[in-house]
Amino acid sequence: MEWLYMHMPIAGVDIFWPGLVLIGFSVGVIGGFFGMGGAWMVTPGLNILGFPMAFAIGTDIAHIAGKSMISTMRHSKFGNVDYKLGIVMLIGTMVGIEVGAQIVMVLERLGTIGPVVRWVYVVFLALIAFMVFYDYAKAVKSDKQKAMDPHHTGATGGINWAPSLHKLKIPPMVNFKVSGFVCSAWLPITVSFVTGVLAGFLGIGGGLLRMPALIYFIGCPTHVAVGTDLFEVMISGLYGAFTYSLKGRIELVAVFVMLTGAAIGAQIGTVATKYAKGYGIRVAFGSAVVACMVSIILKQYNIELLATIIILGAIAVICAYIIAIMFKGAAQELREKKMGSTTPSTAH
Amino acid sequence: MFRRFTLAGSFLLLLMLLPSWVWAAGQKATELVVVADTRGLSGLNLYLANLYNENLWLFATWAVVLTTVLGVGLGVIMDFIMKRTGIDLTSRKIVEH
Repeated sequence: MEWLYMHMPIAGVDIFWPGLVLIGFSVGVIGGFFGMGGAWMVTPGLNILGFPMAFAIGTDIAHIAGKSMISTMRHSKFGNVDYKLGIVMLIGTMVGIEVGAQIVMVLERLGTIGPVVRWVYVVFLALIAFMVFYDYAKAVKSDKQKAMDPHHTGATGGINWAPSLHKLKIPPMVNFKVSGFVCSAWLPITVSFVTGVLAGFLGIGGGLLRMPALIYFIGCPTHVAVGTDLFEVMISGLYGAFTYSLKGRIELVAVFVMLTGAAIGAQIGTVATKYAKGYGIRVAFGSAVVACMVSIILKQYNIELLATIIILGAIAVICAYIIAIMFKGAAQELREKKMGSTTPSTAH
Repeated sequence: MFRRFTLAGSFLLLLMLLPSWVWAAGQKATELVVVADTRGLSGLNLYLANLYNENLWLFATWAVVLTTVLGVGLGVIMDFIMKRTGIDLTSRKIVEH
């Protein structure tokens, strides 16, 4: 069974390469569907396969850059990427990540870094999950009220903070055509700065925080939030790959192997968004966030095995759900196409 | 109107103050140096390990370039394969929030 193990020249470990392909594939599926890098899934996965933690983080970031490139190219064809918005947000993201990383250095010198980072992560994940499920519950209630009383004039849909924030007329005002609104450039810059600080502080790519921020604070439609976030993750991932390579904590061979799986997974995840409604994506995202939060809490109390089972189990279930959406939707589309092409013409 | 300007001004002030706090931070701790073991390696593995040991800047540049090339290359290949499935890859029916 030696052929199943590949030697990593820099980390100096032998790794089960089908595991690398599987991690790449599943993160490609989930990342392409939710619009995030997936560091919270890949880093523990690589650590379990045998990578030292520093190499797991660096290798993960480089792989995320490549995988996000593949997903962004696909989402772009669907019209899901607002490049203007992505570039404006980059300013805030890059500065924010550096500020977040500096906060980490300060806390490290104070000797309080570990527990602070973990609990801040848990709090933010809880807030995100609450926001997503509250939004969904509000939207469902509103739809029911509308169905019972078509003349209902109360507020419709779920959480709706973005329109109020769009009213802030601080120049320069920018028309984000793809997302479908005009707002001050300072809104996306500020939101991306805050998510960047959190990402730099928590040591994550930021997609997990930025995707809901794009929906609830900036007002992007869900599919555009997914695509635009992947564009951001791609750029910040390349920057991260360069930084970690300079620090000598990256295993390029593992990156290439994972990308082969990610190339297939990213296509499935991205195309699945075509057949999923916005709220379907949000609820599945909320479930992933809850699983991540529970796993971190368990790790904080040193219940490592259960934490691993929960995170890997969640990845497997969500992956299967997304693959099912994609194949079901694609089969339906191809069937309709075939019926459309075989229907005899009745025109004379 | 006045409340909005106050809110906006507070945000901008916070953005300007944060970098000055950052620059007040002290020196970084020294990093652990890893050396790749090149014994028994050949081909691409040997080249990457030697580059890693001798020139980290070039190694980092190659990391970014190769990741980009592979990402774009695989994206183009998968795009070609997906087009042959017959699925419409240029639009989506569901257009909503």
